[in-house]
Amino acid sequence: MRLFALLLLLCCSMQSYSQDCNNTLYGSLLDIHDGSVLTGATVIVAQTGVGVLTDLDGNFVISNLCSATYQLQISHPSCSTKAFSVLIKDDTQKTFKLEHHLESLNEIIVNGKKTNRATKSIYENLVDQKTITTFSSGSLGDALNSISGVSSLNTGNTVVKPMINGLHSSRVLIINNGVQMQDQEWGAEHAPSIDINAVGTLKVIKGAGALQYGGNAIGGVVIASAPKVPLLDSLYGKTIFSGSSNGLGGTVSSSLTRSNQNGLYTAFQGSLKRYGDFNAPNYNLSNTGVFERNIAATIGFNRIDYGVEAYYSLFKNEIGILRASHIGGAEDQVQAIASPVPSIINDFTYNIDAPRQDVTHHLARIKGFKNIENIGLISLQYDYQQNNRLEFDVRRGSNKDKASVDLVLDTQTLTIDVASDISEKLTTKFGIVGSLQTNYANPETGVRRLIPDYDKYSIAGFASGNYDINQKWVLEAGFRFDYTHMNVFKFYRRSFWQDRGYDNQFSDLVVEEIGNQLLVNPKLDFYNPSFTIGSKYSFGLYKLFANYSLSSRAPNASEQFSEGLHHSASRIELGDLQFTSETAHKISLTLQKIGERVNFTITPFATKIDDFILIEPTGIRQTIRGNFQVWEYRQTQAQMYGLDLDANLSLTDNVRFVHQFSLVKGYDKTSNEPLISMPAANTLNSLVYTNPNFNNISIAIQSNYVFRQNEFPNTNFEVVLPDSIQTVDISTPPSGYHLLNLNITAAIRPDMQVGLYVNNLLNTSYRNYLNRLRYYADDVGRNITLQLKYNY
Amino acid sequence: MKILQLNSITDLKFQTMKTMKTMKNISFYALLSIAMIGCSDDDTAPEVINDEELITTVILTLTQESGDQVVLTTVDLDGDGPDEPVTTVVGNFSQNTQYQGAVQFLNETEDPAEDITEEVEEEADEHQVFYTVSEGLNITTTYLDFDDNDNPLGVNITLETGEASSGSLTVTLRHEPVKPNDGLESAGGETDITTSFDVTIE
Repeated sequence: MRLFALLLLLCCSMQSYSQDCNNTLYGSLLDIHDGSVLTGATVIVAQTGVGVLTDLDGNFVISNLCSATYQLQISHPSCSTKAFSVLIKDDTQKTFKLEHHLESLNEIIVNGKKTNRATKSIYENLVDQKTITTFSSGSLGDALNSISGVSSLNTGNTVVKPMINGLHSSRVLIINNGVQMQDQEWGAEHAPSIDINAVGTLKVIKGAGALQYGGNAIGGVVIASAPKVPLLDSLYGKTIFSGSSNGLGGTVSSSLTRSNQNGLYTAFQGSLKRYGDFNAPNYNLSNTGVFERNIAATIGFNRIDYGVEAYYSLFKNEIGILRASHIGGAEDQVQAIASPVPSIINDFTYNIDAPRQDVTHHLARIKGFKNIENIGLISLQYDYQQNNRLEFDVRRGSNKDKASVDLVLDTQTLTIDVASDISEKLTTKFGIVGSLQTNYANPETGVRRLIPDYDKYSIAGFASGNYDINQKWVLEAGFRFDYTHMNVFKFYRRSFWQDRGYDNQFSDLVVEEIGNQLLVNPKLDFYNPSFTIGSKYSFGLYKLFANYSLSSRAPNASEQFSEGLHHSASRIELGDLQFTSETAHKISLTLQKIGERVNFTITPFATKIDDFILIEPTGIRQTIRGNFQVWEYRQTQAQMYGLDLDANLSLTDNVRFVHQFSLVKGYDKTSNEPLISMPAANTLNSLVYTNPNFNNISIAIQSNYVFRQNEFPNTNFEVVLPDSIQTVDISTPPSGYHLLNLNITAAIRPDMQVGLYVNNLLNTSYRNYLNRLRYYADDVGRNITLQLKYNY
Repeated sequence: MKILQLNSITDLKFQTMKTMKTMKNISFYALLSIAMIGCSDDDTAPEVINDEELITTVILTLTQESGDQVVLTTVDLDGDGPDEPVTTVVGNFSQNTQYQGAVQFLNETEDPAEDITEEVEEEADEHQVFYTVSEGLNITTTYLDFDDNDNPLGVNITLETGEASSGSLTVTLRHEPVKPNDGLESAGGETDITTSFDVTIE
């Protein structure tokens, strides 16, 4: 292809004769599809043979040009080479666009920086393909953890739930290939149902600035997108094998893409992940294995100006939950917390027994877009998702193999939006989103429903626009309104219904009385406006982002309808039928510097949340199974502030120092107590050596220090045992800890890359405040992963 | 001087009208289908679930040779609901006497009540009933039944009283404890039942 273009150029080239040969061409090079800058592309002037490379920002400069038409050949390792003719008259500025798609065989050369952002006034954090590859054997949550300000709420080491600036669950939207994941994200022990190996780029928007995705993103938005497909005739793919010493298992992931110049493309991707019990430094973590299987297929037709795409993916994950974490009431908790080792330690096995989760997520999407002159880009998307969540508890007799939780969540969504360039400076986007969701709890479980059956209808409209005032200033604003209607059928225990006084307030909702249970049919409506305004100011090497957002979220089914014992937490959780929406105001600033040797971003933020829904302990309940702590959801005023810092310092051409620091503080303003489960301050420091000339080797040594969380509400409680009264210390956070990691990657052939990743190099024993299993066992010890990546 | 215009995005002339029409059709059908599914709002009530493994009732019956009985009962019909368990003690223990004890676990939300004791006995190796006595109460218990590994189960016991005293007798059923063990402290597992009775030896 490149040769062909060059030949054409040679055939068609012309000599130009002119007097004035002092002109300069200032060019910049972008990806035709997403406007990414293309770095390291070769630009050759056919007539003179002079060649230059584009710099980090995709710019290049060619001097001493005459006033004439020149032929340029621009080639980039991951694009099809193209020829351009450009008329030079005086000093000329011109933007060139290439098809930047093919994942490069040797990835360091690609430095795609996105310029088309979901929001302009909030700094967006990006996890690139290279980093994602290092998490091939981990999870989406693990990869997101590499971003400053993003932490995770863990259940063991395999259920990793992303947390943005201390907020999680329904406050963090996860967008998978343009579809908002509806995977029962309300539960703290529910990880996102996304295969990390199917993700091409991962973006995090901290806060609710990206209104097209939802106005309820009080925490933020995670956007996972599949790799883009080039518009050229090609068949390519890659396979990644990983094997790990901890868990004695591995991951195989493979993808294959067929693309055609005429725009037709198909892509397949699959991965398989299998691990046995993981190990803490001093013992086996019994029943922590994982078995994950995923496939995805895409077929589409893209003609740049219009296109359609159909996408389907299946995610299936079986996860063992630490056996020693399945306990009874407070008496058992006292023993578990007092014991330095888990109460159950068996030999290593690949078997996954109860307690375990088995999650299946289907996602099907069809999307079309069309660019209509004078109107803009119109997109239409329909998606269907089904999430089936099975949770198996340790049960007795004939119920042994029966799930205790069997929920099926079906969601359909239809989205229509129009993106228009009103003028050179003003772009707008309008859209309408309608969705229908049904939750069905299988009665075969023989366990009262954790989440009741419901139908949820919602419709939303949004409008956003941004205005480039001049080269330096960009303004943006957006508005969204969501209406939600829920039709719920729930069985309440009569004793609870009366205890709460619902029998006086809501007696008209009762449909039927069966034994000691009441069938109740609440119909709930929520109206949620959201709004954002912000600007970006560029000066010299610096950019300043400033954004204010107002977001509003309807309570979820778990917050409203929990009523009973939550086995995996060994506590009774109670929701409230009367909750209203929570409303958040967030101000965030980012100062970014992109210098030659020093790059940094610093992002302070402050959030005020009205009617913040939190769950906290309120007392002890006696049951025949012993005493259980009761946790009740309630609404309060919350305030949070913090700071995320990223810095990148080039020490020499080959060595750089990378620094990250995240801090968040959260307070309940009603009780004047710190908020529970806030991530502790942490800092990540790495020294990275790279040498593109020596097998593109990269050696990184990383230090991760997590401080002890010093601010927490005291939720300890006392329990009467047969022979004593004991305090159950469930609130004191564990000590801070330091982990050392080592990452080495090298290209042994242009199409083959090996990686050696050592996590927790010193085999440090530690417990993390945000790991729900921290009472029962240490976190995982040293893990050595060997990875082979093959491109074809 | 011929300049070939290689500067090219693919020629963008295509059948605009036709595509627009298709788009319209797609959107129409998609809207129609979502509306139809949306309208099939079946208000059929879900079926009730009664917790199958719930133990609502513990009855410990202690019988001496003469036939006199002490019966200790705990009932908690709403499981983990807000109503507290109700404990009743019928009869007092006699001094220096041997009793034959049998414990029964029932789910009384079912009709007729389900006897969970049978399941416990069938899975003897995964269960153990513990009897703990508060300090000063002169009672000792001995296991009478054992699982296949000769570890105690505790559905049937003998209970021997000493001199007159009073205190609490606690019955604990553990699921999947470590077996054998040195008592409750080291047994681990999950507590299915724990209930204390205030008893008197006279």
